Amino acid sequence: MVPTSWYLVLSAVLFAIGAVGVLVRRNIIVVFMAIELMLNAVNLTFVAFARQLGTIDGQVIVFFVMTVAAAEAAVGLAIIIAAFRNRPTVNADELAVLRW
Amino acid sequence: MGPVTFFLLATALVVSALTVVVHPNPVKSAMALVATLFLLAVEFVFLGAHMIAALQVIVYAGAIMVLFLFVIMLLNLSDEEAEARRRGRALFRIGAWIGGGVLAAELAALFLRVPFPAPAAPPAGYGGAESVATALFVDYALPFELTSILLLIAVIGTVVLAQRRAS
Repeated sequence: MVPTSWYLVLSAVLFAIGAVGVLVRRNIIVVFMAIELMLNAVNLTFVAFARQLGTIDGQVIVFFVMTVAAAEAAVGLAIIIAAFRNRPTVNADELAVLRW
Repeated sequence: MGPVTFFLLATALVVSALTVVVHPNPVKSAMALVATLFLLAVEFVFLGAHMIAALQVIVYAGAIMVLFLFVIMLLNLSDEEAEARRRGRALFRIGAWIGGGVLAAELAALFLRVPFPAPAAPPAGYGGAESVATALFVDYALPFELTSILLLIAVIGTVVLAQRRAS
């Protein structure tokens, strides 16, 4: 049986890849996908700990994370579409009207 | 799951996750993300979370990624990263990759230091629909009901944001 720490290491690597994606990509939709990647890396941690502790609670939390991710994706993509109507770009550097 | 299966799966996961982040074409990034989510569902099955694995495929790979692809194709995006890449961000990119590598290495060193005991054999039906549903509707009944309010707010917010203003 594969030890829990291996799953945690895999999840850490996936989280770091997602974090780098948020930093280096300028296409706002790809940034969004990198955020989904980070959420999923954390879900893997929850499920691995649920097995380690022999409880079901971690899996229930994953259910809630999925719900929040679905809501976040719907609202975020709606914001992207609304912003695209005002200014036809998905480059995060050019969508800086809220920056002081 | 044996170590060989784990390393094969982990390699495929890391490669597809890197593809999401580095591929210049957003549609191919999205397809790589679908592959990543499927592979994570396989990991969930090996961890005994069968219900969560099914939800992962249906909700994430099925619903959320279709939404992403719809928006990408609605906005008709092409590879416009190359131009943005040239504008003197090379140093920042290298720094971000180094920072991500340090983050992963530190977390890995931390996790590998903790001596986890081998997990006990899970009870019968662990991770199936019944055990997850029992926890969800008994111990987590209030958060579950609050979830419906969250989804309602998301639906209303999305419709308000995405509708075309009549002006």
